[in-house]
Amino acid sequence: MNMQTNAMPSPPLEAHAAVPKVIPATQHIYWALRREFWENRFIYLGPLAVAALFLFGFLIHSMIHPANSMRALATLAPDKQRDAIIAPYDMAAGLLMGAFILVGMFYCIETLQRERRDRSILFWKSLPVSDVTTVLTKASIPFLFLPLISCAIAFVTQFLMLLVSSVVLAGSGLSVARYWEQVSLFQGSLLLLYHVMTVHVLWAAPIYGWLLLVSAWARRAALLWAVLPPLAIGTLEKLLFNTTYFAAFVGRFFTGGPEGSYPPGTMPMDPGTHLTPFRFLGAPGLWIGLAVTAAFLAAAVRLRRYRDPS
Amino acid sequence: MACIEARGLRKAFGTTIALDGVYLRVEEGRILGLIGPNGAGKTTALNAILGLTPYQGELKVLGRDPWAERDRLMRDVCFMADVAVLPRWIRVSQALDYVAGVHPRFDRAKAEGFLAKTTIKRTSKVRELSKGMVTQLHLALVMAIDARLLVLDEPTLGLDILFRKQFYDSLLNDYYDRDRTIVVATHQVDEIEHVLTDLMFIDSGRIVFNSSMEEVASRYVEVMVHPDKLPAARALKPIHERQGFGRSILLFETADRQQVAALGEVHTPSISDLFVAVIGNQAGRTPGAAR
Repeated sequence: MNMQTNAMPSPPLEAHAAVPKVIPATQHIYWALRREFWENRFIYLGPLAVAALFLFGFLIHSMIHPANSMRALATLAPDKQRDAIIAPYDMAAGLLMGAFILVGMFYCIETLQRERRDRSILFWKSLPVSDVTTVLTKASIPFLFLPLISCAIAFVTQFLMLLVSSVVLAGSGLSVARYWEQVSLFQGSLLLLYHVMTVHVLWAAPIYGWLLLVSAWARRAALLWAVLPPLAIGTLEKLLFNTTYFAAFVGRFFTGGPEGSYPPGTMPMDPGTHLTPFRFLGAPGLWIGLAVTAAFLAAAVRLRRYRDPS
Repeated sequence: MACIEARGLRKAFGTTIALDGVYLRVEEGRILGLIGPNGAGKTTALNAILGLTPYQGELKVLGRDPWAERDRLMRDVCFMADVAVLPRWIRVSQALDYVAGVHPRFDRAKAEGFLAKTTIKRTSKVRELSKGMVTQLHLALVMAIDARLLVLDEPTLGLDILFRKQFYDSLLNDYYDRDRTIVVATHQVDEIEHVLTDLMFIDSGRIVFNSSMEEVASRYVEVMVHPDKLPAARALKPIHERQGFGRSILLFETADRQQVAALGEVHTPSISDLFVAVIGNQAGRTPGAAR
């Protein structure tokens, strides 16, 4: 028995060209990602714009009330002082987190529909890149790259804020070192990353999965198809039973649910927060959500494959 | 091995039957023209061949099942749907990078060579190019892929005549090498007439005509009949009759050339005349009418 014919279903195919180079799957993924960043520059421009706007505001604020407010700070009680110093940093982190969520949702609802709408799917499908690679690459944007980009931008933003404040403080002869101590940039950034990855990525995964699925399914008005059915269910429930279980259920995906990654009653960005990753990972709700997300993505792959291209 | 082999290919969209038992076989190295009215099933047949749509029946392309093995098949098969499928946001350089990145048989130098003959700038986005230039770009990408089957679906739709002519000239001169197979579906039959080796007409989801171009030339004959010989000519059972230049032009199948030569001026019918004769003779339709 000839092993070679067994291994290759149709030898003449391979015999045609002088040994075609084999392209590894990682290279397919790499170029699929490049495509996403070429096509959707708002993935990084959105968070960057938010950061730039905030920095601009912070700069103006620091120039208008330079040292007076800093002096006023010095008279406060230590814990109040700390809160007042930290507030703008938390605000920057919060804004970028918001930017991540909005950009991520917008990306997911658009991406699979647009390639059908402009018919470029016929070009993408003329190349040897599988539907699985394409859809998973697209899913990696909200699940991995967008949160990382947003957190990195938050870090740089906060660092620049720290520099601006330091200049202002030094100019008015106050202690820069004490201020730096209060801000704890690195710890804060890691906490932000932890918060985003647990609450807004892992826990919220079904939201993005659902949006990708609707994007693959809807012929037009994907946003409406994504929003209206849950809204209708919530409204019906309210009208028929005067209860809001469904709304609360959906809301949990946005807020992190009851089995949070923090002990109840603590602030996520507080450096003193006790992280409870094991409690978070042990929550059955998380795993059910991830399984549902996987099912949504599998359905999106199937739809991209079956949907009539034109 | 046949390049494409279909047996009883069927596809329905709801109650509309797009493919109604298609049998076809395309040998390697042929240039096949797939001609049909709108809604005849051309695009559906091509989509099935390209693994873009599921179907019933048996279909093998280069020995593979296109629906089950689309990704693998796309290494050996290239296709160009009509002009507007290149993403509008992509830059020319990005398109080259991307195809070079994912396609094992893409020869970048070759594509750059084709582009050098055009006025397309590497930094332009597709949305900034004219329709003709987008086609040139797509063609440069496709011709630089060492594929075994190239499928073209209305590749020159909406282009002016210069670009259309140039398109088929490049295809013949710079791409076709007698090993590759090319399948073209189009309405613009006259332009591809001299390009084709084989001809197929599709209508209402069925292949209604299938012949090589040599066979067309030897089997079909068109006669511009002298008015006084018209009854004699009609007695020979022409498959189609039309008026032109004040004369009756009759189309005969497998006619004895000697015999018909006596009736008037004899020549080989054009594809469009043949198309009108064959499709127009199908029951229940007006000649040339599009559905």
